[in-house]
Amino acid sequence: MDWTAVALSLRLAVIVAGVLLVLALPLAYWIAFSGWRGKFLVEAMVALPLVLPPTVLGFYVLLGIGSRSPVGRLWERWTGHGLAFTFEALVLASIVYSLPFAVQPIAAAFAQLDTSLLDASATLGATRWRTFSRIVLPLSIPGVVAGGVLSFAHTIGEFGVVLMVGGNLPGVTRTISLSVYDQVQSLQYDAANETALALLAFSFVVLAVVYALMRRPWSVAPLS
Amino acid sequence: MSLSAAIRTRLSDTFDMDVTLSVPAGVTILFGASGSGKSTVLRAVAGLLRPDAGSITIGTRVVFDRLSGLDVPARERRIGYVFQHLALFPHLSVEDNLAFGLHDQPAAIRQRKVREIAASFSIDHLLGRRPAAISGGERQRTALARSLVTDPSVLLLDEPLSALDHATQSRIIDDLRRWNAAHEIPILYVTHSHREVFALGDRVIVLDHGRVAAAGTPHDVLEMPEQASLAQLAGFENVIQAVVVARKAEAGTMLCRLTGTSVELEVPLARGAAGSTIRIAIRAGDILLATEPPRGLSARNILRGRLVSLTRDGAAMVAGVDAGARFVVHLTPSAADGLGLTLGQDVWLVIKTYSCRIAA
Repeated sequence: MDWTAVALSLRLAVIVAGVLLVLALPLAYWIAFSGWRGKFLVEAMVALPLVLPPTVLGFYVLLGIGSRSPVGRLWERWTGHGLAFTFEALVLASIVYSLPFAVQPIAAAFAQLDTSLLDASATLGATRWRTFSRIVLPLSIPGVVAGGVLSFAHTIGEFGVVLMVGGNLPGVTRTISLSVYDQVQSLQYDAANETALALLAFSFVVLAVVYALMRRPWSVAPLS
Repeated sequence: MSLSAAIRTRLSDTFDMDVTLSVPAGVTILFGASGSGKSTVLRAVAGLLRPDAGSITIGTRVVFDRLSGLDVPARERRIGYVFQHLALFPHLSVEDNLAFGLHDQPAAIRQRKVREIAASFSIDHLLGRRPAAISGGERQRTALARSLVTDPSVLLLDEPLSALDHATQSRIIDDLRRWNAAHEIPILYVTHSHREVFALGDRVIVLDHGRVAAAGTPHDVLEMPEQASLAQLAGFENVIQAVVVARKAEAGTMLCRLTGTSVELEVPLARGAAGSTIRIAIRAGDILLATEPPRGLSARNILRGRLVSLTRDGAAMVAGVDAGARFVVHLTPSAADGLGLTLGQDVWLVIKTYSCRIAA
């Protein structure tokens, strides 16, 4: 097992899931509760990474962060080196790539809330923030956890985007899925099988946890 | 303390709402069929919906005025609102639900107020439980207590008791009246139940299609329905046009033929000479339904018909019967099961003379 790659993938996934939770909460809140007519456009944008080939996405991210792009130039001025083919580039690309996996479960959880709970909170004097932190968020915890876990797992498993944006540099951008690819290319089937099996088991456990959490813990029995 | 509101708002292309009402301290019933705009009035008063025009004043404080652009947000209107499905926070204990609106007060005061309100609504033994773990009546009490613990200037109730049995309902109403004897705030109580209007209303405002159709005491407004639509609002599901055939003054009844049919009904004697057209209003719950021709009954009116529809509406079964004219009959689900009703079968309707009310 390529433990350097495992560690790298874990580090990447933890950072990406953390950043995505911070980004996804306000975005999901807006998607769930905004009455703006053009909302569907934003929803489509967020969902885009679900259908786009990772290579396409990776290609555009690569152009966007290259040394000729404004972002790339700014980065070079700050850090003295280019952004492409670095760990930071992987983080950036993975955030874009996993965005729907964080936003959609959270937005779904928000949208499922009984809006009269929010009305009740308002009539009881709560500000929007208090309503969010005391009512919306606690009642959406399963969705938030699902969003975090799914974006974590999806980042662990990504391949095409990583290859396009990060290259395949050991210890820098070689993630666990690239490691499996390398092992197969160099005909190390036993090693590849070991890594692949570990990924398979990991993915199953993650999904099982998510589905277990999706069961609603606080259903109120209908009035009889 | 009183509440006055003029609310104009367009809810859809076909539904304009234009309501002006004034609610003094005490219980005022807002009564009307579903879709008449009752909840919209409550939501506008609470600040959960912004009317297109009008103004809303609570006591001496203007909370909404379209012309001056004033719109106090819901959280600052000091309104108690009991939602139709109560909207108790499912993840919080009864105690935390009660304390939710008191978050800006010191912990000691918060605790004292929660204890006091819990005691006066007899839920003090439930404080540690979640809403899912208490009974329907207890949830109703919790919702009511939660909206009152903040000392609101107005209490809005959106059909809060419709799911409860009558005994539980009246106990909760008693508690509410007792509370308000000391506080004297306007209470606007939305319902479409005829029974609740008489059980708790000092005053009733009848809404029909976004307009105030009538206002006054329950007796004045609902016992003498003058128009068919009011009669229907007042819980008379059957309003049927008929022609007076014969007056039997000595029996105190008159015989009427339902318009366009040969079906005759014996109804209480009322104004209307033979040959004149009247409306007969009958509550769906006052009609008996039989699957065989009934015998040996005191009821004068037994009509033969055919069962044409059978649907469930909340706790009741609603049967549609074609007996020349269409009748709506309410049954309990167990009665419907017991009769083994099937669509298209012959049924008999039994209608007591004094279940028929005459509207001119």
